[in-house]
Amino acid sequence: MHRRLHSTRRQFLGLAGGAAVAGAVPVVTLRPAEATPAMLASAIRLVVGDAVVRPGKVKLDVPPLVENGNTVPLTVSVDNPMTPENHVKSIHVFNEKNPQPNVGNFYLGLNAGRPQVSTRIRLADSQKITAIAKLSDGSFWSASVDIIVTLAACTEEVI
Amino acid sequence: MAAALINIPKKAKRGDIIEIKTLMSHIMETGYRHTASGEIVPRDIITSFTCRYNGAEIFRADLFPAIAANPFISFFTTATESGKFEFEWIGDNGFSETASASITVE
Repeated sequence: MHRRLHSTRRQFLGLAGGAAVAGAVPVVTLRPAEATPAMLASAIRLVVGDAVVRPGKVKLDVPPLVENGNTVPLTVSVDNPMTPENHVKSIHVFNEKNPQPNVGNFYLGLNAGRPQVSTRIRLADSQKITAIAKLSDGSFWSASVDIIVTLAACTEEVI
Repeated sequence: MAAALINIPKKAKRGDIIEIKTLMSHIMETGYRHTASGEIVPRDIITSFTCRYNGAEIFRADLFPAIAANPFISFFTTATESGKFEFEWIGDNGFSETASASITVE
């Protein structure tokens, strides 16, 4: 279980759910080798603004244990209808410890029918993935998943 | 054009929710890797993906270096009328690719 220790070596700033966007976030001037929880929080703030992000509605489908961080299947679905009055406008995926906090932004059309997207992502370390959905009424909902990665991606040497 | 793979149903009933799967061959170089001599390998990624259904945008995505090489994106839409899906990928260093697929809606 030494991987677990490894994944918590960084101070965890209690970013869960809506608490992530409360309060001002200091600007990071030097880019560290890994995104920091503060960078994650500011990336989320760029998307949601001052809105409160509530946990729920969003489902993150991703393997909890990943052998190869270079390609990790990821599916985000939102438990919400797609009607003109009440629909999902966009889905945003963030990570905690890649060099950059953003993974992808997905903007759905009104006729999407099912608010769900799949892609394959890279993970540089064992970390937390957060997905946030924006609804037509302006509310934001989120889900987070912890993933353990045994072979990291992104920053290895090119041979 | 062999760079893109598109998977959509050829036929659908009006009102059916269909899945659209796309794959574009691309290295998606993150810009965070370095060679053995310590030089940074410059970033080369696809930054934007758009899908249009008979001219109207139905899906758009912003991609970042955290998207795996050969970006795979799948999403859903409602089959409303026969016609054409057009896909467009835009990226660093002037990268631009398009693809299209037709659907018959009954």
